[in-house]
Amino acid sequence: MRLSQGGLIDRAKPLRFSFDGKGYQGFAGDTLASALLANDVRLVGRSFKYHRPRGILTADSNEPNALMTIRRAVDEPNVRATTQELYEGLEARSQNAWPALGFDLLGMNDLLAPFLGAGFYYKTFMWPKSFWERVYEPFIRRAAGLGALSKAPDRGRYDKAFAHCDLLVIGGGPAGLMAALVAGRAGADVILADEDTRLGGRLLAEREEIDGGPALDWVEEATAELRALPNVRLMTRTTVTGAYDGGTYGALERVSQHLASPAGHAPIETFWRIVARRAILAAGAHERPIAFPNNDRPGVMLASAVRAYVNRWGVAPGKRVAVFGQGADAERTARDLRAAGVELAEVITDRVTGTNGRLGLEEILVPDGDGARGINCDCLAVAGGWNPAVHLTCHMGARPVWRDDLAAFVPAEGAVPGLTPAGACAGAFSTAACLSGGARVAGAILEDLGLSAPKPDLPEAEDGGYTITPIWHVEGKGRAWLDFQNDVTVKDVKQSATEGFRSVEHMKRYTTQGMATDQGKNSNVAALAVLADATGRTIPETGTTTFRPPYTPINIAALGAGALDKGFAPERHLTSHAASVARGAPMIEAGLWYRPSYFPAPGEQTWREACDREVTMVRQAVGVADVSTLGKIDIQGPDAGKFLDFVYTNTFSTLKEGRVRYGLMLREDGHVMDDGTTARLGAQQYLMTTTTAAAGQVMAHLDWVRQALMPGADVQIASVTEHWAQFAVAGPKAGAVLASVLDDWAPGDWPFMSCGAVSVSGVAGRLFRISFSGEQGYEIAVPARFGESLFRLLVAQAEALGGGPYGMEALNVLRIEKGFITHAEIHGRVTAFDIGMGRMVSAKKDCVGKTMSERPGLSGPEREQMVGLKPAGSVKQLTGGAHLFEAGARATAANSQGYVTSVGFSPTLGCFLGQGFLRNGRARHGETVRMVDHVRGVEAMCEVCDPVFYDPEGGRMRG
Amino acid sequence: MRLPCPICGERDVREFTYKGHAVALDRPAPNAGDAAWEDYVHLRENPAGETRELWYHGGGCGAWIVVRRNTVTHEVLGAELASEVAE
Amino acid sequence: MAKLIAKSPGAGLLPVRVGSLSLTEEAHDAITCVAPFQGQEKPVSAALKDAIGAALPGVGRVTGKAGARVAWLGLGQVLVLGPPVAPPGAAVTDQSDGWACLTLEGPGSRAVLARLTPLDLRENLFKRGHAARSLLGHMTCLFLRTGVERYEMLVFRSMAATAVHELTHAMQSVAAQRSGA
Ligand SMILES: [Zn+2]
Repeated sequence: MRLSQGGLIDRAKPLRFSFDGKGYQGFAGDTLASALLANDVRLVGRSFKYHRPRGILTADSNEPNALMTIRRAVDEPNVRATTQELYEGLEARSQNAWPALGFDLLGMNDLLAPFLGAGFYYKTFMWPKSFWERVYEPFIRRAAGLGALSKAPDRGRYDKAFAHCDLLVIGGGPAGLMAALVAGRAGADVILADEDTRLGGRLLAEREEIDGGPALDWVEEATAELRALPNVRLMTRTTVTGAYDGGTYGALERVSQHLASPAGHAPIETFWRIVARRAILAAGAHERPIAFPNNDRPGVMLASAVRAYVNRWGVAPGKRVAVFGQGADAERTARDLRAAGVELAEVITDRVTGTNGRLGLEEILVPDGDGARGINCDCLAVAGGWNPAVHLTCHMGARPVWRDDLAAFVPAEGAVPGLTPAGACAGAFSTAACLSGGARVAGAILEDLGLSAPKPDLPEAEDGGYTITPIWHVEGKGRAWLDFQNDVTVKDVKQSATEGFRSVEHMKRYTTQGMATDQGKNSNVAALAVLADATGRTIPETGTTTFRPPYTPINIAALGAGALDKGFAPERHLTSHAASVARGAPMIEAGLWYRPSYFPAPGEQTWREACDREVTMVRQAVGVADVSTLGKIDIQGPDAGKFLDFVYTNTFSTLKEGRVRYGLMLREDGHVMDDGTTARLGAQQYLMTTTTAAAGQVMAHLDWVRQALMPGADVQIASVTEHWAQFAVAGPKAGAVLASVLDDWAPGDWPFMSCGAVSVSGVAGRLFRISFSGEQGYEIAVPARFGESLFRLLVAQAEALGGGPYGMEALNVLRIEKGFITHAEIHGRVTAFDIGMGRMVSAKKDCVGKTMSERPGLSGPEREQMVGLKPAGSVKQLTGGAHLFEAGARATAANSQGYVTSVGFSPTLGCFLGQGFLRNGRARHGETVRMVDHVRGVEAMCEVCDPVFYDPEGGRMRG
Repeated sequence: MRLPCPICGERDVREFTYKGHAVALDRPAPNAGDAAWEDYVHLRENPAGETRELWYHGGGCGAWIVVRRNTVTHEVLGAELASEVAE
Repeated sequence: MAKLIAKSPGAGLLPVRVGSLSLTEEAHDAITCVAPFQGQEKPVSAALKDAIGAALPGVGRVTGKAGARVAWLGLGQVLVLGPPVAPPGAAVTDQSDGWACLTLEGPGSRAVLARLTPLDLRENLFKRGHAARSLLGHMTCLFLRTGVERYEMLVFRSMAATAVHELTHAMQSVAAQRSGA
């Protein structure tokens, strides 16, 4: 029921909303929970296991019961009504009830409760095994569970972002505000994050005075002062969810969920990584419920929540309210109810032994002589004492420590380096203690940071002591709930102890206590107390409770923000990209690069037709391919030659200027890392080419060798991959194409493996006479700005001579025909010996990997050596990844003699060709082996060959 | 996690890649023998406590650095350039 | 003979304007990477000073003025953004076409970058005339602060489309949140 006055709501701004299809009205400033209570909606959900009717328990993010599905672009389940701000047109649905909230057929689970207690799943759904998939699991999934996912892809926008500060203040209550004021005034970079919509913390929910005026006035002033400080950043609606190494904190900002019509491109949520030199945890404390019989009836509510609804939202959570608890909290609640004009039934300081009511509280029972007497009320405010919000201090492994005087856990000293608790989360519960604690901790941190802070004038505030004789649990007839969401009762915890699960970790898993979405915030300590009692130990002897990130649930989409599409992996585009796409070439990924697969010609139906044509075109006329993806590393300096001699197995210091040499690089463990050609451009300048796949790895490796293994060498390394657009021009007519684009150029001046500067239609470029196709081949490079233009020009010239562009498929077939290798072959487990290049490891000098490559076992007949493969039976197909067996052997893992690494159909030779590794393969040329591809179900007999199928003398390449 | 690059200052760990223990700086002579090479390439301590490890600031200045770190507390104790350690 | 046509990395991608934020392409005469050989820092610095009026910058700094600047690039390397240079005593590589040079300008620029880089860009730490090498999303990037709300970013040319896409996305997000606030 809405009170006639009071509350931080704007009564001039009514908002319509609906719950389970029925329309209601609330005000701006309401949460969904306060608006529902204002409309006397008390039944808001059904419990997880027994489908018990449940009402709103809290007024914050700890809420275990009031989880709802909110209609959005994609419906969002499990939204806590207590933190969902109301907006015009909000549509909420209850969860976990079928067919309706008021009449839930699965509520019969409640009647089965004697059979559904602790360990029920473990005991019941044990056998037979086949029942799991067909019977048990579907049953559990339907019966239990929270809100359902919509199963629609979430196209909503989520951001991730980084922030840095000197001091992160977590929580904007009196301690946090005071800390931020002290640090902000001293000039520190401060971020103050609070999960609520506005700053103030508990002060928003209490009737208190600060400096003789309403506490809210002080909150307003403090907020205004902080807002005016340029070095202070206020982040409301932002929950700090985790504490990590190095002063890094995760924080979830809810950007749009509170808006009826979010701004166009604004994200739904932003997940922040905040890096703070220091942090203050001012997260406050959470009031805890008391376990008494039937304490889960809608209307039973935390006393702090009752005060919040009355004071902050102007809502009476009941017409007649009783209070259960001791000391200041009970008194304060009674006082606020009276002040708001709500009828106070009675304050019970001893015991409540039961409740009655259908779908909501109608009566509570209290002891009366030997029997019980009923008290008429529809709301019971329960004040069970406070638990400091120690959660973030546990995130790096520390466990909180028990304080007997508070009957609660407080953070361990130095639990998270750089994070200091202050205020209620450090066990200082009064407002005055929070203010002074916040100021004191901030002052100490400022001093540490080398900033001077004037001693602040502390405002005067309530300074009542906190005394507690905790009531964990009241005996009586009926179940007493600990974990409301997971339906864990006192009896379950006791049973767990009886059955031998006496460790708190075992009890948790046996009963599911603390494993719901509130992660035990409402129940862990009480459950521990019950377990301690049941096992005859004290609470500290029984164990501690601990918490892992996140503090509150986070949408996976928020954690994965920024990692979709291009954000997941950048796309690297060739300068010829648009020209290739315009020709209809499908672009395929090669690392981060996109390369043309093939260039379809009119009438071609399959990629194979295009590929065969392109291969033949290169062999008979000329082809043009963009090879700019290969890594190009410029190496200069007096020691450049020496450096290359050390990273390559073969020698480069002897290479003549204007010449190119093929090189092989090993890892220090003796296996092949990469291969490629390196050109000597000048006396002290080389240009190394790496494979596309290993470009990044090789660059890091070269940096490693230079800095760590040859720190004295005078050599400089720079990647120039991006500066040059480079094109292969290959085929018998390659010279003619080049002659048409190069100024004053004659092929006769450019022998095989030469390189040098050229003028490309007036542009300074480079030319390399190298070949990856086995034909007369060149690679021509120009600054990338001219890349697209040169590609178009080369293709046009080639087409005029019966040639054209070729893609990755043809490039692959051409190199297989020639026995050239790629990373399909040098896959990390092969040695120079295996690929037939053992003699390239120079005996005259040391190099990376040389010593280890000489180990026994890395060469010899027992090695799987690279071979060529050709179909030799009725099946004419070869497949990559297939294994090789002796002709008569069974195709088992134990009999495997090797495997196929690359295959392609050779239009030149009219059959499939393959490359692979076969035990002692080089000595077995001519032998027939059996290829079995268990995955694709292909089996073929193959002839073992030399890997060079085409033009083994190399006449065409050199010619 | 944050690492203090001696060139760039403290940076987010995502800018770095990990190589392993700093023993990789002590490359044996080619003729040091099998045991020394086996040790160098394959054998690593797994200390509970302080360790020295190599990181590459590939997302930054390109320096290889030696980071002193405590594997138990996760405390980062300092960093030096690998080139200076190696010299 | 045919004439080759030049195309900039940002052709067809830039400029992008979102609210009062803009992303534009920066043109430099040349981009030259200069890496002094051992013990050659002083003569190289003097040669640069002679040639373009800007000396070798320290780590994380930029020297010179618009049209002729030298920006720290990484361990032992700088980029000369200006006329082509070839100081003796250094490894010199022409990288004029290797980088996409993007300028982000306008109120909220820092908030835009905060969505893409872990770099600490706070006003008092990353000042005008500062340079830093870090990540823009997953892309390595050289960041230069060239004004109060003005940042230049050099990313690999091949990644220009991704960089523009990611920056545009962040610009839209920030603009929407600023207008909503
Ligand atoms: Zn660095």
